[in-house]
This record gives sequence, C-alpha cells and structure tokens, in this order.
Amino acid sequence: MTRHDFQTIASWVKPGSKVLDLGCGDGSLLKFLQDTRQARGYGVELTDANILAGVKNGINIIQNDLESGLSVFESGSFDHVILSQTLQAMRHTEAILREMLRVGREGIVTFPNFGYWKNRLQVLRGHMPVSDDIPYQWYDTPNVHLCTMHDFEALCVKLGFHIRERVVMTAGAPVHILPNLAGSLAVYRFERGQ
Amino acid sequence: MQPASSVGIVVPQTAHFTTPLTLKSGAVLPSYDLVYETYGMLNADKSNAILVCHALSGNHHVAGVYAEQDKKPGWWDNMVGPGKPIDTDRFFVIGLNNLGGCHGSTGPASIDPITGQPFGSHFPLVTVEDWVESQARLADSLGIRQFAVIMGGSLGGMQALHWSIKHPERVRHCLVIASAPKLTAQNIAFNDVARQAILTDPDFHGGDFYAHDTRPRRGLRLARMLGHITYLSDDVMGSKFGRVLRSGAFNYGYDVEFEIESYLRYQGDKFAESFDANTYLLMTKALDYFDPTHHSGGKLSDALKPAQADFLVLSFTSDWRFAPERSREIVKALLDNECRVSYAEITSGHGHDAFLMPDAHYHSLVRAYMERVAS
Repeated sequence: MTRHDFQTIASWVKPGSKVLDLGCGDGSLLKFLQDTRQARGYGVELTDANILAGVKNGINIIQNDLESGLSVFESGSFDHVILSQTLQAMRHTEAILREMLRVGREGIVTFPNFGYWKNRLQVLRGHMPVSDDIPYQWYDTPNVHLCTMHDFEALCVKLGFHIRERVVMTAGAPVHILPNLAGSLAVYRFERGQ
Repeated sequence: MQPASSVGIVVPQTAHFTTPLTLKSGAVLPSYDLVYETYGMLNADKSNAILVCHALSGNHHVAGVYAEQDKKPGWWDNMVGPGKPIDTDRFFVIGLNNLGGCHGSTGPASIDPITGQPFGSHFPLVTVEDWVESQARLADSLGIRQFAVIMGGSLGGMQALHWSIKHPERVRHCLVIASAPKLTAQNIAFNDVARQAILTDPDFHGGDFYAHDTRPRRGLRLARMLGHITYLSDDVMGSKFGRVLRSGAFNYGYDVEFEIESYLRYQGDKFAESFDANTYLLMTKALDYFDPTHHSGGKLSDALKPAQADFLVLSFTSDWRFAPERSREIVKALLDNECRVSYAEITSGHGHDAFLMPDAHYHSLVRAYMERVAS
C-alpha cells in the first residue's frame, strides 16, 4: 500500500532525479520513486528495524541520527530532500529544515496538520487529538513538534524559504477550501527564497 | 556428522605462481604459493564467486572443518555455509591465506629457494595493495574475471576497499565490515607496542629465530595480550571477567589472580605457540601503511573515485579500535562519489571482535543484502 502523500511527492520528482529521503522508514517511498521516477538516492534512518527493512527493500539506506545533522552529505548534492511524516517528531526542527536546503535544491515536507477540524474538535472537547494521521496517545507519541499549516508557513518565512507548492489532503482526497481546517495531511515543496 | 549448515569437511589447496610479483616496497618475489579453500560451486559463467579477505591473524580456513572430530571450525563459520548469510548453496566462496602469512602461503617461515633457509628477516614487507594483486592472480588462475562480492572485516575490509579502487570492474559488491580507511595514530601506536614486544624478545634473533630452533614466545604473547584488550570493549570485559579472582582471595603476589589475567595469558600462550612472529610484524605493518590517499595526498573521496561496486559498510557501536566514525568516513567518501552504499551501525558490546560474532541483527543485515546480489 502506498501512503497518500507518495503520489503527490512522486509528481514533483523529475525522472532521474537525485533524492534524499530523511526518516525513510522501511524505504517504501524511495523504492516507489525509484520504480516510478527512476530516482537515485539514499534513505536515512535511525532504527535497526527500519535499516534492515530498507536493505530488504533494495534501497541505499544510511543509519544516521537526523538530530545530529546531515554532515555526511555534501552541500547541493540532491535535487530533492524529503522529510515525510518526520518533521513533527524532530527536536531540532529549524536545524533539519536548514540542512535540507543545504544538501538539496528543493525540500519536500509532509506532516499531519494539527489545525484539521477533527483535531481542533478533540482539543475543544478536552482531549489530545488521535486520528489516522496522528495515530498516537499523548503518552506514547514520538511527536514533539506538532504544528498547523499556518505555523509551518510562518516558520518558512522566518527561515527565508519560498514555498513552491502545497497539497493538502484528507483521507487521500485533495482539499482546496479552508485547507488549514479541512486538511488532515499537508505536503509542501520549498526552496531557498530569492 | 557436521550440521547441515556447515560446509563440512574441507581441504585446503595450494596455487603456485611463477610470474614474479613486484611488491609496493620495490622488492620482488620471484615465485610464491597461495593456500586457499573454496566452498560451494562455481557456476558455469563464473559469476557467483565471493572472496573473503582475512584480518590480522586470520587465514584461508574460513568455514568447515578438517576432520569429523575437529571441534573448531573455520574463523567465519557462523557467516559462511549452506543457508547462512553468505550462502554456499548460491555462491562459490574463496578464503585464502595472504602472502606473508604463516598458514601455508609463502611467508617469512617459508624456505627461500635461493638460500635453502627460511626467509626470516629477508622476507619483504607486503602491503594491502600487494595482497590484492596476489588475490587477483589467484582469481585469474581460477578463471574468475569478476567477483559477485569481495568482503572482509577489519584489515580484511581494507583489502575489499582496495579491490574496489584498483580493480573496479572486477567487484560487483563490496562488504566492508568493522574497518577504516586508514589507521589513526592511536591504532599505529598499539601496533608498534606489539611490534616492540616481539622485536625486543631475545628469542627473536632479528627475525631469524628459525635457525636457533626457538620462537619469540614472550614477545608474541605480549603482542597478542595487548591486541586482545583493544579488540574487546570495557563493558564486555567487565561483564565477562569483572574483578573475579581465581582463588577467591588476594595472594599478594604476581601470579595469576584475576580471571582477566588468566584469560589474557591463556590467549597469549596459545597464540605464541601457533602464530609466526614475523608474520605478526608484517601484518601490523600492512595495517599501518594502508591509506588510499597516500599517493594522491588528497581526500578519501578522490581516492575512491574509481569505485563502481555497490557497498555495504557495517560498524559496531562498542568497537573503539575501528570505531563507527571511521566507517562513516568511508561512507561519506562513497556518498561523495554517488556510489550505491548502505550503512549500518550495529549495537554490540563485543568491541572490534563483534564482526566475528553471530549477532542476529548483523547476520540479518548481511543476509538481506545478499538477497540483492545476483548469483
């Protein structure tokens, strides 16, 4: 099964591009991009289980802690640097975003939109939100930096990033109206501002 | 009966080479022998060969046993065999004893055909580069143009790495395990203390101890004891031996008291009886000299430019002799060259020796990687 954001990301990746997938999990996205876009590149992961899964999936996978930066990668060595469903679990949020645009020309980020109305409703009812895109209880979540689309866009401004495109979806279907309220998952592509 | 996962009883073979080999030092070996073992079947197009390069004290006996009652199998028997991570049902695996070794290949203890005496101090220093050249000649003699995999741990990983630079068209996959692109000053320092122990042993006789019917046991023993300390982690030593006393109480003397002393002395004694001192000296020098950037003086990335193989680089968290940082240097240089590479840092308490241990995650990784290697 491919995750909902895979198709969107694939549509932004030009055939034959060099791709770095940060927090690549079992390598499904990178494999998908290899198969559908003839992309070349590497996945980066921390956990042993995902490293093994990535090797089984036939991708190039590097065991490395994203929190310690991307010093093994030279500046400007990738067309796309992807951080799919990982940003919210990172401690050094600004640092990793800056690193993404150091090693790559374009960054692609996917995260669960905390502003999604169902999340807001759960908070209104007095509970931390649990949903398809935030499938954790407050006490077992790896997420430490959840944000809304507005929040993310404000950070991009602060970092001097130019957002090229964004796609918002709920249960895999695109959302066009009131995305920060109606959208469960946000996918952004951004580059250094002029 | 050997278990089904063993390659069973194996017989070493010897290849004799008469084309002179000019070594990196400038010395020439007019002729030489290489002893080797093979496991599994070479396929019709000779494309399923794997070369296993050995480390400091290793040899050609990688897997299997020499007799049914043989208790000790080859040094990487947990890795190589039918259905094992390096599966001899699919691959034709070659282990050899490197030039300068003391297990059958031409080395310092061999008879110099010119003098009729053991080479001893006259045996030239050989380098990783020389080994790779001699290994390539062995491959030629077996009709193997390209290896599916060349692999090794520690000093063996250096050989695999050099293969990928020197003969890129002859290596499809390169497994570099618990290795380093070159030794650090600290590492060279350890090697030199080990060498000094041997060189200053009165029984060493400048390397020509064979004529005196003796061997520098004390020196070799010390060298091995020192080596052993550096191959283990503080944690594993602590958990294995702690401060346990053999007799349960202090004896207020210099005999063996702590279990760790007993262990090290036993290992040292065993090694001193079986290993050649000149080979030990030469192997440590080969380690010290290895540096792919030595000639260019440039970056490792530049030195690795010719590499075309796919790489799997593995390191172990508690290995302080060939630390994960050193493997990451190799990985970085491969990334700089856009090589296909995967890298894992395996959690282990066993220090440098971890690469020889049957750790489940480690073996799963090698097994999973080998799935992508066409036999």
